[in-house]
Amino acid sequence: MTTTENPTNAPAPEIGRDRRRKEDRRLITGRTRWTDNQAITGLLHLSIVRSPFAHAEIQGIDTSAAKQVPGVVGVYTAADIGADAVQLPCAWPITKDMKAPQRPALAGSRVNFAGEGVAVVVARSAAIAKDAAELVEVDYAELEPVLDMEDALKDGATLVHPEIGTNANAQWVFDSGEAGSGGSVAEALSAAEKDDDQVVIHRRFRQQRLVPVFMEPRSTVVDPTGEQLVMWSSTQVPHILKTMLALTLGLPENKLRVIAPDVGGGFGGKIAVAPEEVVTLLVARKLGKPVKWTETRSESLLTAHHGRDQIQDLTIAVTKDGIIKGLDVKLLADMGAYLGLVGPGVPILGAFMFNAIYKIPAYRFDCTNVFTTKTLTDAYRGAGRPEATFGIERMMDEVAVELGIEPMELRRKNWIKHEEFPYTTVSTLTYDTGNYEAATDQALQMFDYDGLRREQQERRQRGDVKQLGIGISTFTEMCGLAPSRVLGSLDYGAGGWETASIRMLPTGKAEVVVGVSPHGQGHETAFSQIVADKLGIAFEDVEILHGDTQSSYRGLDTYGSRSLAVGGIAMVKAAEKVIEKAKPIAAHMLEASEDDLEFTGGKFTVKGTDKGVGIADVALAVFAAHDYPEGIEPDIDAHATFDPENFSFPHGTHLCAVEVDTETGFVHLHKYVCVDDVGTVINPLIVEGQVHGGLAQGIAQALFEEAPYDESGTLLSGTLVDYTLPSAADLISFDTANTATPSTTNPLGVKGVGEAGTIASTPAVVNAVLDAVRQYGVKDIDMPTTPFRVWTAINSAKGTAGRGDEADVASPGAGLGSTASDISKGDTQGGHL
Amino acid sequence: MIPASFDYVRPTSVDEAVQALVEGGDDAKLLAGGQSFIPVLRLRMGDPSLVVDLGGIPELRGVREEGDQIVVGAMTTHHEVTRDDLLAQHVALIQEATKTVADPQVRHRGTLGGALAHADPAGDLAAPTLALDAELVVVGQNGERRVPAAEFFEDYFTTAIGPGEILTAIRFPKYTGWGARYEKFNRVAQAWSIVAVAATVKVEGGSITDARIGLTNMAGTPVRARGVETALVGQTMSEETVRAAAQAAAEGTSPTSDADAGSDYREHLARVLTGRAVLAAAG
Amino acid sequence: MARIRTTVDGLVYEDDVEPRMLLVQYLRERLGKTGTVIGCDTSNCGACTVHLDGLSVKSCSVLAVQANGSEVLTVEGLERDGQLHPVQQAFHDNHALQCGYCTPGMIMQSIDLLGDNPDPSEHEVREGIEGNLCRCTGYQNIVRAVQDAAQKMKPGAHASTSSSAAQPVAGGGA
Repeated sequence: MTTTENPTNAPAPEIGRDRRRKEDRRLITGRTRWTDNQAITGLLHLSIVRSPFAHAEIQGIDTSAAKQVPGVVGVYTAADIGADAVQLPCAWPITKDMKAPQRPALAGSRVNFAGEGVAVVVARSAAIAKDAAELVEVDYAELEPVLDMEDALKDGATLVHPEIGTNANAQWVFDSGEAGSGGSVAEALSAAEKDDDQVVIHRRFRQQRLVPVFMEPRSTVVDPTGEQLVMWSSTQVPHILKTMLALTLGLPENKLRVIAPDVGGGFGGKIAVAPEEVVTLLVARKLGKPVKWTETRSESLLTAHHGRDQIQDLTIAVTKDGIIKGLDVKLLADMGAYLGLVGPGVPILGAFMFNAIYKIPAYRFDCTNVFTTKTLTDAYRGAGRPEATFGIERMMDEVAVELGIEPMELRRKNWIKHEEFPYTTVSTLTYDTGNYEAATDQALQMFDYDGLRREQQERRQRGDVKQLGIGISTFTEMCGLAPSRVLGSLDYGAGGWETASIRMLPTGKAEVVVGVSPHGQGHETAFSQIVADKLGIAFEDVEILHGDTQSSYRGLDTYGSRSLAVGGIAMVKAAEKVIEKAKPIAAHMLEASEDDLEFTGGKFTVKGTDKGVGIADVALAVFAAHDYPEGIEPDIDAHATFDPENFSFPHGTHLCAVEVDTETGFVHLHKYVCVDDVGTVINPLIVEGQVHGGLAQGIAQALFEEAPYDESGTLLSGTLVDYTLPSAADLISFDTANTATPSTTNPLGVKGVGEAGTIASTPAVVNAVLDAVRQYGVKDIDMPTTPFRVWTAINSAKGTAGRGDEADVASPGAGLGSTASDISKGDTQGGHL
Repeated sequence: MIPASFDYVRPTSVDEAVQALVEGGDDAKLLAGGQSFIPVLRLRMGDPSLVVDLGGIPELRGVREEGDQIVVGAMTTHHEVTRDDLLAQHVALIQEATKTVADPQVRHRGTLGGALAHADPAGDLAAPTLALDAELVVVGQNGERRVPAAEFFEDYFTTAIGPGEILTAIRFPKYTGWGARYEKFNRVAQAWSIVAVAATVKVEGGSITDARIGLTNMAGTPVRARGVETALVGQTMSEETVRAAAQAAAEGTSPTSDADAGSDYREHLARVLTGRAVLAAAG
Repeated sequence: MARIRTTVDGLVYEDDVEPRMLLVQYLRERLGKTGTVIGCDTSNCGACTVHLDGLSVKSCSVLAVQANGSEVLTVEGLERDGQLHPVQQAFHDNHALQCGYCTPGMIMQSIDLLGDNPDPSEHEVREGIEGNLCRCTGYQNIVRAVQDAAQKMKPGAHASTSSSAAQPVAGGGA
């Protein structure tokens, strides 16, 4: 393809334009295709009988009363439909000796978490199915629940899965000394202990358990009546689901078709081969009738996979003037009762991110995954990277406090400078581009960092009831999952390529079939912009087809901020192939040599003349096929697969100010600024929206959300009354902006954006909360930092609850603000882009 | 989720409703606004055989003035309460509290009578009803009786409404010219109150001449903070005197401990929020 | 079974329903009004919000029998002669939706809010939609959209014919 300057009459480029979304019209008018909307004549409905106990032997199931309910078609235990023999897949065996106990589609003889399915009822309506499900009598003999990760690993602990002899799933270790990417942490720590000019700081942080809470509850419809069995499912991963169903159930893959119609959010929560999908399929095949399962919200909170849940022990060696010498990370990660599709690998993604944006000479990461009798954990927005970012960014503030160094200054001392890119980190990744100085300088200015520090100081001096806290998070992440060879080296069960096909229609329009599968991201819009630019056709003339394995037979779906950074590039490659295939035909039409043609603005022209044909003319010409060159096929459609050579590394600086009501412990968001570098922006409107939503979820981890269990293993946040999502009234407007250092590892220069806000924001908020209350002697507050926890922390640190008048407002450890001094002037001249 | 099956009647008079309720026996339940009851049915935490819908009885709806009382029909919605001029003028506290109940959609359906009969200790309307010394009108087969608010709330989700009886109206004395504030403390906007304080005060010539204070979620029933009321009356209005008086707010309470709050924290919040509520009400 | 007669999005329907049937189920399963969706079982999420006799309600917390004799307006009944309602248009213009699952409820509640308060502050918008949960947008563009719609719906403004974008978006551009 020949590229030239845009002639002045060419349309404005689509890339970078804030196009309103194509998807919106149907969504704002209610003309939607959610899975639960599927209505097929004769459709049957399924209700699942679930265990109220966390850990129990099933001693008997009496289905007789349920079977008597008029309208009930069948009541099945696991054995009746072979659900107990199923081994639901885990695609990420992180170590050779990882323990992967069988995960059945329905429990046969033992339940391992509250909510596990033990029987199903199929009936003419969902109401009847539920009525009958309540009549299924299950005889349970309760076993000890396994709830605490540290207790679970002790000798003599009750075992979740006695057959594997341990509650440890796997241990995964990275050591930069052994890998040759850095020094030995053991040596760095021991040297620091002996060195008067260094300190060693240890902290333990807790990542609470969260629930993704996509707004559309999961739903699956299986129609077995055609030659291909069709499954509609509210999933992020129709392609993976299809292949895994074939492998898991021994079905011929060519007899399966999976459709992800409109999908109402996922956030990682719909990356799964869910037991309910398998059960619905098994029942539909058994009956030869279409069957629907749609979960209730309380069912979703209880049984759809959870996220996070780690105990993090971090030890850092640092010189007294703030240079990091070594970082040791020990994690315990709660897998819950079984392994999800990629569950064991989620904490391992964090292994590459604890070193974050910093130059750390020695690093060790050691994660043990643990089984408990809780709902399983798996990917939730950010997956492994929010945990790592939280750990290191909380630790940076702890170091700043210990050493009395201004926290942004400490970060500047350690981060990779913009002129040092590309930079290979201690955890072996090569960051292609970035400019932490530029993002930080802009963020500090937007935030009025110095002004807020002054206000903070004034409030302290006055002893205000509402104290100000300021929190920083300078983050990067790895996304755009992923280079297939890297995934192979991590024992992941699939590649990381992505596919796109372009079908040129006779009327000059294009259908683009993609392998990624959107559920709110705006793919139809952003991808149309890319293809419109590359083919020089109108934005409106591009149709993005997705989410149906019949049209899109090849793809690896949407997660890990990969759709643009990997899938988008496949589209570019496919468009290039279309142009390549069209060129000889255009040359034939123009009676010119291919070498004399250039392609610009959708048109092949003969250089130096005004003779030209549009790509649409070529599409029509190959449709008619009356006259085309010998030796080539009359077809300009193209298919491309892109396998990235590297991850993409978005980064940014997030600054949060909170007001803490010291009388009640309530935390009010006061101001939030973030400047993110996500590389080239295809659609700024969509990028901004992704950041907003990401921030809300990350902030919610810091302040609002938690999925706790009681001592019997019962989930305490089983409805949205108890799992407290923020509403509009609980959040503020965020100030967001972008800097851009285009990625050099893909032709668009893009980096992922889907997870950035979530990854970055949690530590910014918690750092801010602590910054407000450290003056009273508070050391740490577990997430979510609820009013009760904040008040208790203040109260127990001070001995009395009060207004802060006996607070220490001056010493370095009293609060980070006390060491602030014109930080925004910085010591770098970081190149603004 | 779908409720279990039940029979349904929609009477058009209180007498018919009482009749239906009596005939339905123990498994008959009244449906007012349904904003707590229908979710309970959906979660299948309740399983009535008969639902008696009070929505078709015009006499249960509306606000009227009767002598020195303002009478609110039990089926008057929260939405109607928040917009009523009589209440704004004479019973501002109930209006202030009602504005904080749930969200606009729920306030369009939910009713004052339904909320009081449900008697959730974290519900926002019992404490102001108690503080305001309202009378609750209950009708059964033996006719009507009036129950003082202090006797109406008996325990968690338990009131003085007997079997076969219906709460038909709430009668508030007039507090014309009193300042009012409902100080609600919850984790997120959608959450129930951890603690809340309903305060209404009369300020004359810079002094507090009368005060009524009720506490939400400080026991199984709403609690009257009489110690604070006594301490306030006769005081010159100042932040200091109010905060000092508010120290008595937790006396006589028995708050629970849960994940959102320990009992000592609730007691502390009662004191802090009482101070804030009184200052705002007097402001 | 109970016989009910309702007007939904301008059409009259008569049906026999079980008393336990929720209004949202009646709309979805009996009338095919699948634009209105169910997001929870505790009336927290507001995804099922419709107007019942002119007031916004959560149709998961109303029995179909309670709607007997009433008028129901759903998101599917907002368009007039192919023109979007100004609030629908503003949601599009301001990128106030991502997955779109909460959107019907958000739009219906926003219309109710603007009927009540034609020129709400940011704070009033946030409080006015506090009964509607969104997991995608962080609410910022929803708030923006509601305020944009308010301006377009002011007497004299030509909201329903405008499809132009609202405020320029902060922080765009690379």
